[in-house]
Amino acid sequence: MLVFFIRRILGGLLTLFIVISITFFLMRAMPGNAFTKERKLPPAIEKNLLAKYKLDGTVWQQYRGYMSDVLQGDLRLSTKYRSRTVNEVLKQTLPVSMTLGGVAFLIALAVGLTLGCLAAIGHKTMLDRVSMFVAVLSVAIPNFVIAPLAILFFALYWHIFPVAGWDSIRHVVLPATCLALPFAAYVARLTRNSMLEVLNQDYIRTARAKGVAEARVVLKHALKVAILPVVSFSGPLAANLLTGSLVIEQIFKVPGVGAFFVNGVLNRDTFLVGGVVIVYSTLLILFNIIVDVLYTFLDRRIQLA
Amino acid sequence: MMRLLHVSFLISICLLSGCDSKSQKADFVFLNGAEPESLDPAVITGQLEGRLVSSLFEGLTARDPTGSIVPGVAERWEISLDGRQYLFHLRSDARWSNGDPVTAYDFADSWKRTLLPQTAAEYAYQLYYIENAEAFNAGKLPDFNQVGVHALDDQRLEVRLTNPTPFFLDLCAFPTLMPVHMKTIQKYGEDEWIKPGHIVSNGPYTLEQWRINQRVRLLANPFYWDRANVGLNRIDALPTDNANTAFNLYSSGAADLTLDKNLIPAMLLDALRGRPDFHSSPFLGTYFYRFNVTRPPLNNPLVRQAIALAIDKKRIVEKVTRAGEPVADHFVPPGIHNYESPACLGHNPDEARELLRKAGYPGGKGFPTISLLYADQSIAKGVATEVQDMLHKELGITVQLAQQEWKVYLNSMSQLDYDIAASSWLGDYNDPNTFLDMFVTGGGNNRTGWSNARYDGLIQQAAKEVDVEKRKIILQEAEGLLCRDEAPIAPVYFYVGVQFYDPQKITGLVQNVLDEHPLKYIRKQN
Repeated sequence: MLVFFIRRILGGLLTLFIVISITFFLMRAMPGNAFTKERKLPPAIEKNLLAKYKLDGTVWQQYRGYMSDVLQGDLRLSTKYRSRTVNEVLKQTLPVSMTLGGVAFLIALAVGLTLGCLAAIGHKTMLDRVSMFVAVLSVAIPNFVIAPLAILFFALYWHIFPVAGWDSIRHVVLPATCLALPFAAYVARLTRNSMLEVLNQDYIRTARAKGVAEARVVLKHALKVAILPVVSFSGPLAANLLTGSLVIEQIFKVPGVGAFFVNGVLNRDTFLVGGVVIVYSTLLILFNIIVDVLYTFLDRRIQLA
Repeated sequence: MMRLLHVSFLISICLLSGCDSKSQKADFVFLNGAEPESLDPAVITGQLEGRLVSSLFEGLTARDPTGSIVPGVAERWEISLDGRQYLFHLRSDARWSNGDPVTAYDFADSWKRTLLPQTAAEYAYQLYYIENAEAFNAGKLPDFNQVGVHALDDQRLEVRLTNPTPFFLDLCAFPTLMPVHMKTIQKYGEDEWIKPGHIVSNGPYTLEQWRINQRVRLLANPFYWDRANVGLNRIDALPTDNANTAFNLYSSGAADLTLDKNLIPAMLLDALRGRPDFHSSPFLGTYFYRFNVTRPPLNNPLVRQAIALAIDKKRIVEKVTRAGEPVADHFVPPGIHNYESPACLGHNPDEARELLRKAGYPGGKGFPTISLLYADQSIAKGVATEVQDMLHKELGITVQLAQQEWKVYLNSMSQLDYDIAASSWLGDYNDPNTFLDMFVTGGGNNRTGWSNARYDGLIQQAAKEVDVEKRKIILQEAEGLLCRDEAPIAPVYFYVGVQFYDPQKITGLVQNVLDEHPLKYIRKQN
């Protein structure tokens, strides 16, 4: 177990190092810099700016300087949000995205598992078909269609929730639900398929033959095994949801970190993109390790080595 | 395991979310466009940042709701006969938000900070009109005493300019020239001083809250000298660059005012234009095409004129932009101080065909395929598609559309790697110079490769001319060269500023060419 952890963490650190390096060089290889604007800067002023934001010197010098700053926990100044450090931007926006993503994660799992189990139990009945139809629909309709429709009905017509913003629990409901829906549908399909397979196995037949109640068969004996594919999917899912969503955050005006992935690149905000990539990669690596550990609890046949 | 996760997430909702339902509501909420890049007067360059900074700080002069210059921290001033020397008399009751008096030394120190190379102020060149300021900013002149700004005592500031600059009082109201509280900067450092809790400002408002992509909250400054005339107590500026979200917030009543044209959903423009809460008026900005004059056949002025004449601008503003934009036959927008543009190239397809024939391409025969470069997906693309069609129909010219990501596009333009490029320019101050001086030989914003000794000479001559009438004639000749005789550019239309607000409830906003709407004068009836 300990050897497993050390190996995975070392591997994770190496991955992180490579990801940061690639991000840095890609950002610096793009045409134009943070100060390329419609109004051309006098050369002296551009020189001052590049010096202040440590973007002068050769790319190799910049890379070495950046890596040494990152190692000391300094993610540097954002070149777009001029007076803010990347650390400060992340400190303000990451908790927002994590809240939104955390709630969406719970909704996705709760709705997905329930729908999936119901569909499997009622295999080939109306229940199955309706659940799977809803699931396919939620995967097929993109966020940027569902979200405006949700706003139109729940906010503008019925006044149940606010149209946008981030000031109270009420502001969380619509964006979290819209964010969760496609993932809930995916989880439902995973659960259904895996559950159908498990329900046909010998030990389930044995349990039923012994007279165990159907609900207990499904929830206690079958679900424990059937949930494995969902568990392995939930690692990347959590990393994905917790680091925010460009579309949902824009439509609902949620002050999260999601927009920086795209806008950071468009603005050539090298260090902000670097910071966001570091957070995302770290979460992804971390959740994959957690998933592996969860596996051993759920299925004793799996050993970590 | 799952249950544990549930509980911990529920707890974290309240801990992490930053939802502050306890905080007070603002009296007035407006949609301001994207998240401000900064609130430091020396650092900002954009219009949306300017709105907030002009509410937090006040320069020697200020603007009233019509955009006209009124006394700010300076209650009066004297200008020497040669137009190069200004003596500002500061009002004695001007205070910082911590109660300190605002003095002439504050201005001299703030301008020095803006010009110091290590401050890396992008708009430092707004101060280049002051004697020796440019050399000091470039690090060529280490002694600030040689720069033309001196505090004579607490209340008197003397400024010497390189040339008579008729728009200098306009510049004094510009954010780059606003004073900052040096003691606060020394205490908290260059980047931390503008954060809520640290910042000390001298304008009608102070900064209560600033959360990235969430809100900027302003609170009336009790020490402001004209506090009695500040209407609103607490104002929220909401950042969003998504037009649909902005419109949803406005129509659900969560915001009182929308202050940015880009926040109006383009698809709804036709339906919204007739409403009583839709307000639009021209402002100092021009949409135009640049020609790369270093590439044949665009190196021939006849070809450039032909293309300019073939563009049906009226169709473009009616079919594509649709917010009431005036067509542009010249480059300097109408309504600018002390100036009227000369007549330039309008829409005349017959003359266009004739010019193209003279250039050696009758009916477009032998004319190579040229590319039209643009960046933005919506308006610029729509305009480009129309122009492509017009040039093909009227002149027989085949145009290929080329879209590039914003910074790649800017890079292509700077390196003259294009044939025709969609462009726009917004004026910095109310004077034709802000539109015309960019096309001098080698100017950083020229980006056409065009070089004309006569034009360069006229711009220089205008800079030295004190007489308003004579200066106007000089600049008119320059604009004639630019938009008619040489045509390295083809103007298409002038921008309009668009606001959304209910005129029954919100007052104190006046349509003006600068699209400046100082928050100080806004009132709200409940």
